[in-house]
Amino acid sequence: MSTLLSLTQGVDAVVLGASAGGVEVLSALFPKLPRECSLSFMVVMHMPRERPSLLPEVFATRCGLPVREAEDKERVQPGTVYLAAPDYHLLIDQGPSLALSSDAPVHFSRPSIDVLFESAADVYRERLMGIILTGANRDGASGLAAVGRAGGRTVVQEPGSAAAPFLPEAALQEGPVDAVLSLAELQELFSYMGPVMLRRPLE
Amino acid sequence: MISSTFDIELPLLLEALYRKYHYDFRGYALASLKRRLTQAMDNFGCSTLSQLQDRVLHEPSLFPVLLEFLTVQVSEMFRDPAYFRALRDKVVPLLRTYPSLKVWVAGCSAGEEVYSLAILLQEEGLLERSIIYATDINASALERAQAGIYDAARIGGFTENHRKSGARTSLSDYYTAAYGKAVFDKALKTNIVFADHSLSTDSAFSEVQLVSCRNVLIYFDRQLQDRVLGLFRESLCRKGFLGLGAKESLRFSVHSYAFSDFVPEDRIFRKEAA
Repeated sequence: MSTLLSLTQGVDAVVLGASAGGVEVLSALFPKLPRECSLSFMVVMHMPRERPSLLPEVFATRCGLPVREAEDKERVQPGTVYLAAPDYHLLIDQGPSLALSSDAPVHFSRPSIDVLFESAADVYRERLMGIILTGANRDGASGLAAVGRAGGRTVVQEPGSAAAPFLPEAALQEGPVDAVLSLAELQELFSYMGPVMLRRPLE
Repeated sequence: MISSTFDIELPLLLEALYRKYHYDFRGYALASLKRRLTQAMDNFGCSTLSQLQDRVLHEPSLFPVLLEFLTVQVSEMFRDPAYFRALRDKVVPLLRTYPSLKVWVAGCSAGEEVYSLAILLQEEGLLERSIIYATDINASALERAQAGIYDAARIGGFTENHRKSGARTSLSDYYTAAYGKAVFDKALKTNIVFADHSLSTDSAFSEVQLVSCRNVLIYFDRQLQDRVLGLFRESLCRKGFLGLGAKESLRFSVHSYAFSDFVPEDRIFRKEAA
């Protein structure tokens, strides 16, 4: 079995973090998701503070799954992509459900990748995959380490293939990760994110 | 990383705080509460929540410090200028029809929003006949609110927000800058009543025409949100206005039928049923 396929086994949710160059990478990844994908995706992308954000519309046209801005207290649905709202942290709470906060920025960022990843790791534990993509700020590095400590899968975009390598490099300096992937490999990984039953390991 | 033991300790700590200090955090949304408690543990040098509980139960002087971690909001003046613009353009014309006005800023923290509303009402010629109730559970935040002193470094952002809110005056008319601080005009405070009030445990205290409670409900679980929206419903006069944070809604509340959308894009609602 392909290593990339095995990475997706037992995973119910994927958290993604990116800043500079993130729109391009996510636009290359979401179209690769199988239509019957049953995973939940939560995305923090650092953007200039603006309201309303156009990102949900941007990605909806490139993604077979419903793409929505995350709303407070909303129950996390399978096969859905949630984007963090500008100027609020996005957290995962028991349920699993989505939670917003207006707490101080972390690494000058609100939403913060660390805040999403750490709270998601706490709720999903080993059933979570964290993916750090291109980015120019270290927000996200310690969040990915938290995903790993909770038993989840950790993936980093290969810094050489990232528009801004700073964040991927910072994430790699935090400790070992499960996979460092080029853009093409990330696309392959996304193509394996089908229905849960196909990703269950054989007994 | 939060261990499962943390999840056992958390409700115990909240129960202890409630019994000892009568502050009720048991209805707070867990994800943010955990994050704030983790920061408090770092600050107090505690490696477990049980240690934190031990210290805060036996050293009452620590409680106000813990309260800062649990309650303090980061806000700014005229945060989300579109909200204030909608108040000005759409709500104020209706507020004008009342001979006297009462406004409740619930969860006012360090007062940025209170002064924003006071300035807006002043610009619209309504402050003189208004009373603004500014309430919070954190006594030291209320003291800061009452002082009305902010870092001068924040004034640039406040001024920009104020301008975008449809300002009729200059923000600099309302403060004096000195020693890196901006001190807001005492005259604004004449009509503001600062008071200790808990949305978790206290009742409604006055009939008001406008409640502004922004980015507070997101910290509460659904049950506590319902309690608080019930308080607002009880406090508001018929056809009174409720303003929430940009990402807050009444959608999931048992009280949603009592309100209608007034300016939905800026989260301003109007009480309909009694």
